[in-house]
Amino acid sequence: MSSRQKNKESDRASAATRRQFIGAGSAMLGGAAIAAASPGRALALDTPSDPNGPPNIPEWMKQPGADVGSQVYGTPSSFEKKVIRNVSKTLKQYTSASCRTPLQELDGIITPNGVFYERHHGGIPDIDPAQHRLMIHGLVERPTIFTMDQIRRYPSESRIHFLECSGNPGFEAIYSKTASDLVGLLSCAEWTGVPLKTVLDDVGLKPGAKWIVAEGADAAALTRSIPIEKCLDDAMLVYSQNGERLRPAQGYPLRLLLPGFEGNTNVKWLRRLHVVTEPVYSREETSKYTDLMPDGTARQFTFYMEAKSIITRPSGTQKIEKGFNEITGLAWTGHGKITKVDISTDGGKSWQAAKLQDPVLTRALTRFRFPWMWDGKPAVIMSRATDETGYVQPSFAELKAVRGLKSFYHNNAIQPWKVAESGEVSNANVKA
Amino acid sequence: MRTSRLELAGAAIIVLAAATAAYAQPKYGFGKPATPAEIAAWNIDVDRDGKALPPGKGSVAQGHELFDAQCASCHGAKGEGGLGDKLVGGQGTLATPKPVKTVGSYWPYAPTLFDYIRRAMPLNAPQSLTNDQVYAVSAYILNLNGLVPENATLDAKSLAAVKMPNRNGFVQDPRPDAHNKACMSNC
Repeated sequence: MSSRQKNKESDRASAATRRQFIGAGSAMLGGAAIAAASPGRALALDTPSDPNGPPNIPEWMKQPGADVGSQVYGTPSSFEKKVIRNVSKTLKQYTSASCRTPLQELDGIITPNGVFYERHHGGIPDIDPAQHRLMIHGLVERPTIFTMDQIRRYPSESRIHFLECSGNPGFEAIYSKTASDLVGLLSCAEWTGVPLKTVLDDVGLKPGAKWIVAEGADAAALTRSIPIEKCLDDAMLVYSQNGERLRPAQGYPLRLLLPGFEGNTNVKWLRRLHVVTEPVYSREETSKYTDLMPDGTARQFTFYMEAKSIITRPSGTQKIEKGFNEITGLAWTGHGKITKVDISTDGGKSWQAAKLQDPVLTRALTRFRFPWMWDGKPAVIMSRATDETGYVQPSFAELKAVRGLKSFYHNNAIQPWKVAESGEVSNANVKA
Repeated sequence: MRTSRLELAGAAIIVLAAATAAYAQPKYGFGKPATPAEIAAWNIDVDRDGKALPPGKGSVAQGHELFDAQCASCHGAKGEGGLGDKLVGGQGTLATPKPVKTVGSYWPYAPTLFDYIRRAMPLNAPQSLTNDQVYAVSAYILNLNGLVPENATLDAKSLAAVKMPNRNGFVQDPRPDAHNKACMSNC
């Protein structure tokens, strides 16, 4: 053992002794603090069981913390173990399934990569980027195969956009407990890549190019047909997310990003773009991701996600106290920017505008805040988003009146939360 | 100095030619040309008209055998569903309060069945079936739905000719279809 190591060892030993000594003293001091505390005040910290509260010095101040670089890829605090993806324990299988972002545990508008929602149709492939290829063919002047290095040579762009699965939640699944259970197939990130238009211009579109069939390199070889207008507008070939390369669950090493379009069309692990005149009518745009109406017809190519919002705090399973409570949540629309979010604290009888937190970005999550003094009486709180087209988020009853209950996709209804006299918050949608 | 019309026209032609040349040349030119063989090997898209269906054929009987061995564990012995989707039945239910969406009741185009099975099924071993096997399984599922006879053998032409009951059941997106007036008080 080197002398340096020895010193370190003896430092640790003496620190431990100091801790024991101070710990013993703090119990007595803590007792004195309780006696002195004014009645009626919360004693959360000033108790013998809180040896790190005043007047004691917290133990983490009395010894060095973990070494620099002790985590070469950092993870959240060990005290944040509940901020994880919301994975149902009762799914029939987990190969073609989804799990959710813990919306009620997050602040701001950016979803950390580790809790970005997942929806896969054939599991998560583990792709070596050096072996990955993107093929563009069909109605193009120059059918081309790209390596990832070649894709990254194109001029790049970074933009913040939300992604939402279109079944979020299904029309018959509006009774779950938490914000995540209900709307957790929603996340938002800063995406970096090359505008698809740049690459399409480079390979040269031929006359008749009206749709592009995008295919993933997963075990589902998932395919969706995308209108050429979207491909030439704000579509991106994305390789990075929140500053780092895409995570495998989000399409590493390359995905399609179609801002405002339903999640499924944003094909992950993108390997092929087939430029065609007509949609391919794949299983994912006929059997699935079509919206069955009460008259038996089904809406097809229902790409855009309409304006929607949800209060994430206070929300289902949380508990509040009388007095001031900030109501906060998220609003978003596939049709541009959110212009307004209204809050009701009386079950929809009256509404007041919430404050929109900057930045308010196109096709991105927008954070809203509303100050609320809760009088301790039972209440129902809800949010209602308006977007720049003037479209207003509907109530569930309004949606149901038009679409019935069997369309599954594109439920963007207002979500009401019930606040009980006890302060406990629960889903106000209760199954009849 | 006056410029003649002829000179102007000549200049215009030169500019036009230059522009055309610029259009034909890629600005960046990254990547390598995809050869027809490479494209053919990767492009497995089958359109609704079935024109891109590959050669091969398979019978309902062959499909029955394959289905029992590789599909029934998830989709049920008769396609009634389980771990995987229900594949059979439901015709005539789409406009009722309890619609049942299956290949037979909901899928608009038979070639899509071939496309999907070939690329994604079985879930644990996608792209493992031969084209003949995919035709056979498609034939069996269509037979279970009463859409082809028990003695049918399907190939590119006959699969594309199967008319699905819900072929005309799909409509364009009419949204926005809800019109909340954003009432602020006394709502």
